[in-house]
This record gives sequence, C-alpha cells and structure tokens, in this order.
Amino acid sequence: MASPQKTKKKTGAVAAPAPAPAPAPVPGRKLFEYAPAPESRAAAGEIASSNGHFIGGEFVGSSGKEALKTVDPSTEEVLAEFAQGTEEDVERAVKAARDAFGPWSALPGAERGKYLFRIARIIQERSRELAVLESIDNGKPIRETRDVDLPLVAAHFFYYAGWADKLEFASYGPDPKPVGVAAQVIPWNFPLLMLAWKIAPALATGNTVVLKPAETTPLTALRFAEICRQAGLPKGVVNIVTGDGRTGAALTAHPGVDKVAFTGSTEVGRAIARTLAGTRTRLSLELGGKAANIVFDDAPVDQAVEGIVDGIFFNQGHVCCAGSRLLVQESVHDEVMESLKRRMATLRVGDPLDKNTDVGAINSAAQLARIRELADAGEAEGAERWSPACELPSSGYWFAPTVFTNVSATHRVAREEIFGPVLSVLTFRTPEEAVAKANNTPYGLSAGIWTEKGSRILWMASKLRAGVVWSNTFNKFDPTSPFGGYKESGYGREGGRHGLEAYLDV
Amino acid sequence: MPTFPQPPAAAEVAAAADGARESLAEVASSEATLRRFLHGLPGIDAVGLQSRAASLGTRSIKTTAKAYAIDLAISMIDLTTLEGADTPGKVRSLCAKAMRPDPSDPSTPRTAAVCVYPDMVPVARAAVAGSGVQVASVATAFPSGRAGLPVKLADTAEAVAAGADEIDMVIDRGAFLSGRYLEVFETIRAVKEACRRADGTSAHLKVIFETGELQTYDNIRRASWLAMVAGADFIKTSTGKVAVNATPANTLVLMEAVRDFRAATGVQVGVKPAGGIRTTKDAMKYLVTVNEVLGDDWLSPDWFRFGASSLLNDLLMQRQKLTTGRYSGPDYVTVD
Repeated sequence: MASPQKTKKKTGAVAAPAPAPAPAPVPGRKLFEYAPAPESRAAAGEIASSNGHFIGGEFVGSSGKEALKTVDPSTEEVLAEFAQGTEEDVERAVKAARDAFGPWSALPGAERGKYLFRIARIIQERSRELAVLESIDNGKPIRETRDVDLPLVAAHFFYYAGWADKLEFASYGPDPKPVGVAAQVIPWNFPLLMLAWKIAPALATGNTVVLKPAETTPLTALRFAEICRQAGLPKGVVNIVTGDGRTGAALTAHPGVDKVAFTGSTEVGRAIARTLAGTRTRLSLELGGKAANIVFDDAPVDQAVEGIVDGIFFNQGHVCCAGSRLLVQESVHDEVMESLKRRMATLRVGDPLDKNTDVGAINSAAQLARIRELADAGEAEGAERWSPACELPSSGYWFAPTVFTNVSATHRVAREEIFGPVLSVLTFRTPEEAVAKANNTPYGLSAGIWTEKGSRILWMASKLRAGVVWSNTFNKFDPTSPFGGYKESGYGREGGRHGLEAYLDV
Repeated sequence: MPTFPQPPAAAEVAAAADGARESLAEVASSEATLRRFLHGLPGIDAVGLQSRAASLGTRSIKTTAKAYAIDLAISMIDLTTLEGADTPGKVRSLCAKAMRPDPSDPSTPRTAAVCVYPDMVPVARAAVAGSGVQVASVATAFPSGRAGLPVKLADTAEAVAAGADEIDMVIDRGAFLSGRYLEVFETIRAVKEACRRADGTSAHLKVIFETGELQTYDNIRRASWLAMVAGADFIKTSTGKVAVNATPANTLVLMEAVRDFRAATGVQVGVKPAGGIRTTKDAMKYLVTVNEVLGDDWLSPDWFRFGASSLLNDLLMQRQKLTTGRYSGPDYVTVD
C-alpha cells in the first residue's frame, strides 16, 4: 500500500479524464436485449436422409415402399424420411421380440440391470446430442430438452435399472414373472421421455418390446436404437418400428403381443381398447387431460403464477397433464390475472435452439390447426382472449401463449383438451365449489392446488379425482413417483414401484 | 464532464413519495395493526421461489448483451471496504479505483459509489469530489445493529454531516425476530429523519435486513414492506458479515416487494444485494432477474446496486476479454 500522500496524488491524477457514465439507453428499445445464444445444430450429429426400422438388433429397410417425412416444426424444413411400417414389418419385429424374450427373461435381474445402467450412462454422455436432436424434431426449446427431458430420461433408466434385481421386494410375490412381448405406442410431445417411461420398466422386469414412435418425431427413438447397440443390448430385446397410426393399429392388434401400452389421445385409446376387448392382451392407457390448477386466496401468489405458467406453457402446452383450466378464487382473480399477464409478457417465444427460448414451436401443422380451431371457438363463444405482444417467426408452426378469461364451464375451451399454449380461467368461491368444478370433466389425469394451508391441501387431494395432485407446484416429474389417470385419462400407472405392475404377470 | 445521475433524493420527489407512503403509514399506527399488515402479505413457497431464481440463472448472456451487462454491472457497484483495518490510504485507493476502474481503458464506466465506515466518510468525500461517484456510509452500529437509538442516530448524523450521500443502515434483527416490528419501524423513521441535511435535502437511505439472519423468505418479505413503508429509498439484503449473504432467491424476494410496493403506492424503491457476489456470471444472473422481474425502470444505478468488492475485478477481466478477445489475468487489473 502506498503512503496516503502518494495515493492522494495518484487519485488526483486519475480523476482528471472523466470516466464514462453508465451505459446510455437507446430510445424505443428495451434496455437489456439478450443477443442470440444458439445451441449448435451440428451437435445433433448426422441425421440420415432415409431411415428404416430397428428389428432384431439391426437397422433394416421396410418391406413396403411408402416413406414419411419428418420436419423441423420451427422452419418446416424436411429433416429426414423414414419408413411407414407395414404389417409385415410389425410381424418381423414382434417375432424378433418373441425370439429374444426367452433368453432375456431368463437373465438374472442383476444382469438386465447392468444393461439398463449402461444405457442410462450412455444417454447422459450423449445428452447434448439427444437434446438438440429432440429440439429439432419436436420444436421444443433446447432449455427444456437440456434441463428437463434428458435428465429425466436418464433418471428413468437408472431408477428401473435399480429395480431389475429387486423385483421380489416389489410386493408381487417372491419371483414375479414378465408378461412377454410388449407393444408400445408413444406420442410426439416427449418423444424420448415417453420412450424411457415405456422401455425402462419393461426391460427391467424381463419383457422385450416393439416400440412405435409418433410419426412427427421418430428421430430420437432411432437414435436410441443406436444406443442399444452401443450398450450391447441383446438383439431383439428392443425393436423400433416407425410409421403413422396404421402401423400403430397393426402393432397393437397383433396377436403375438402380450401387452399393449399406449400414451396418446383418448380417441385412439378407445379404439385400441375396443380392438383388444375379449383378447388375452393386457392394456395400459395414458390418455388426455384437462387438468384444473386451483389457486386459493391464501396462495403464495408469485409462485402460483410461476406454477400456472409452467402448468400450461411448458412444452408449448403439449402436455397431457397440463394445467389447462385455471380455477382461481374469485376474491384474488384480478390480482392473479394481473400478475399472470405481466409474467406472460416476459415469455420468450422463438427459435427452439436458442438457449433463452421459453416457448418453442407447435409440433405439427395439424396440431396448430386444432389449437387455432379451439381458440377461435373460445372467442366465438364469448370468452375474452389475451396474448402478450410477441413476434412470431414467419415460417414454421407457431402459436402465441394465450389466456382466456370470462370462461364459463360450458365453453369448449373449458371442456376439450387443446394440447397447446392456451389457458382457460374460471373462478370459484369456496373449496367445495373448487372440487366440484375441478372434477367436472371426463378426464382425471392431474390437478394442482395452491394454498398455504396444509390441511386444505390434504382435504382437496382426497376429493380430487385425478391421478396426480400437485400442491404448490406443477408439472414436476420424478421416476420414483407413479403417474396415470382416472376416468377417461386412462388406466395403469407408470413410474415408481407401481409402474412395474403393468409389465409383471401378476 | 458527464455527471453521474443523481439518486432521486431531490426534495420534491421525496415529498411526493412521503405523501404516497402516508397512505400506507396508518398500518404502523400500533404494534397490532403493523403485525396484522405484515402477516397478511402473501406467503412465499420456498421451493417455488428458489426454482424461479435458479431458472432465471440459466439465461445465456452473450456478445452485445454481455458487453451491455458488464458495463451496467460496473456502474451499479457500491465498491466497498468495511474492515477494522481500513485506513485513509486504503480508502483513497478504493476511491481511485471507483472513479477509474480500468486505467488502461477510459471507456470503462465508474462505479456508483464507494461504501465505507462513518469515520472514513471525510476521506472518501475528498477523494471522490467532483467525480460523480457517491459516498455511501454504513451506520446504526453496523453490522450487528446492537446499540441504543441515540447511538444509532448519532452514528448516522455524523456520517451525513461528514458528507455521506447515502446511508446504509442495519435493522435490529433481534427486535424483528421477537416480533417488535413497531420498534424496527420507528427506528427506520428516526434514522431517515437523521439523514436530513441542514439545507433540507436528505442522504439516500438504504435499509439492510441481514437476510441470512431473518432466515425465512416470509420474514424477508415482511422486512421489505416494513422498511418501504417506513421510508427506505433502497432495501438491501445483507451486511456481507454473516455466513449467508445475498442469494438470487432472497434478492428475488426484495425485487418482488419493490415491484408490488410501486404498484400499491406509486413509489419506486431500489434494491441492493450485497455480499457473496464475486463473479461476472453471478452479476449477470442478478441483472437478468432485474430485467425479467422489474424491467427497464430498475436497470440503472439509481435503482439497483451491487454491494461488492472483488466483483469489480472479475467484471474488468471479462470486459478486457470482450474488447481484446483474450483473457488477460489478474495481473492486468489493479489490486487495491
């Protein structure tokens, strides 16, 4: 340290040229604009221009000639062609799974667990690649695939890997047996996560699988097939057949299948249930939802608003358990709506690969049309529509975050599953009324309760007819927790110890 | 010479603010009404709050946005030395750094203020004279706040008389935690009075809660409203002298409080996280939070400050990296 005198002199010297003041604002512009922060598209690895199925441990061509295209929904650019699975393809895949079933189910649980642990670790190692690929194919933001989807995918494989050698403790008797060959049909909203929910418990319990990814998002399932090879998984244990609903129908109706697991729309779920009625094939269904997110007047308002936003705008609202009906106590309606609109105005809609994007692209033109139709119906029926000012890209499928107020229970936007970033707001006066309104839907997948009163949370949870009830949070997932629906939201549970049951002959 | 924007302590602004605050002041007419008011504020769900703060921390701030944010952060620093070993020499050296943080690059903004103990105010006042850098002084038996009211007021008056532009007072956490809210309220009012200068203007009052000692987020929200109703110009998380100082989550509570307070009264109050903010990355997270929770109105040194000492050098190194394209290292920023 210099002597005081010397320091003072120095001080005088540096004070002479005026240092710059704080950065000056540019008129008409937000002060703090985030520069683009794009994740590298190249990180997705090479995407083959045409793709076949994965059957018996090999990538094979289809027996048919028909090929489908998958596009990047944020640009409408074609990413790749993939095979439309034929009945013959399904036949081969089911046979491969059947052939593999004997040896695979005979393996000690600890050995099956090793494969699953290996798959989980490879997923972690390749998580950036898978996250980018998922974002490109699905349209969901990289922030979500990176921070939510991929960590959960790995967690599911780790979790069920742990069960593989402990099935005797799952409370299904001393040595529970697998069901056999499982046909699994998954949706496009969480392509890789739904794959993990289906494949991890099936393999841990000793089943073999034929999985059909959705026709708009086949790429990560095919990449997962590569991971199965990398992990040295025995041939035929996992088979992937791509295609649209026709392939799905052929697969779920195949007589060689012992178990069908479907996640998707209630309409298709009904058709599958009809097909399988009277057959020996077991079925579990995870279908639509129209969840109530219930905000009481003593709720932690700021966190409730975050929960409302996470509940309906997470994954562009393409979530079966989305909190699409906001039930807010009338006494705090205005306050909550004001906070919600202020918060919605900060949502960043745009390029899914930008690390600062909160809301990405709608998955397909068909889905966008469906969202538009329902939103227009909401307006026509007299509900008040509001969206924050946001600039949407000129190409691709986009829908601005939207909220409807003055919604009544008879409006279509309050009854039908929109499966998009559209929230309908209804009010209630008492806890009894909240329960009655929340349960007033053919669905029953999830619900949310926001109150600081613990006793009310427990009371509400016991009255709500929903498979998952979140309290003071929403859309939180964990492999240890069972997930599934009441009523027309389906039956069977996935996740946790309960998730083993669907794949055990008990 | 460009002048640093003066904190809005001008007499007329203060008068208008006092008027608006008066509409709320009746909540402090008795211990019972004050308690009912503070306990009637919406609760905070800790898990939800922390997850919101963490998700704001994942924003990716690059290139032009980073350059803007670094300069903004530098201009918001209350460059602080609060050590028993502080000497006039050390304080002068700090002042020189505040006025010209990077001698190799005159385009670097100056910091908002220097923050010192009351006995160092005359030294700091002389050193920064005419530069636009404000002199902030801690007061009221900083950091513990454990002294009688007359001592606290004398402490404050001395700093103001010595030329402090801003007073960083601490609340009595013992009184707050034992539920004597009115005592805390009246102390803040009295200190605010002691900030008044002979010419009718006032030193700017920052109220420190020591959030690490209040522990719960509900307490932090109550303390924020208590201080704002009592007349705080700024609310500040911590002294920097305890184990847990500013965190993104507890600063978010302060931000929500000033946002809601302005909506209720029209009076804007500033926020200052202090302690534990050491890296550019940390500072970016706070600025992103200001940007998305409070918006443009708070994105200036008049309304947001960082209480920090080592943060400045990290910001300078990152600034040099942006300008020159390479990392220079700690030998290329000054040690003070």
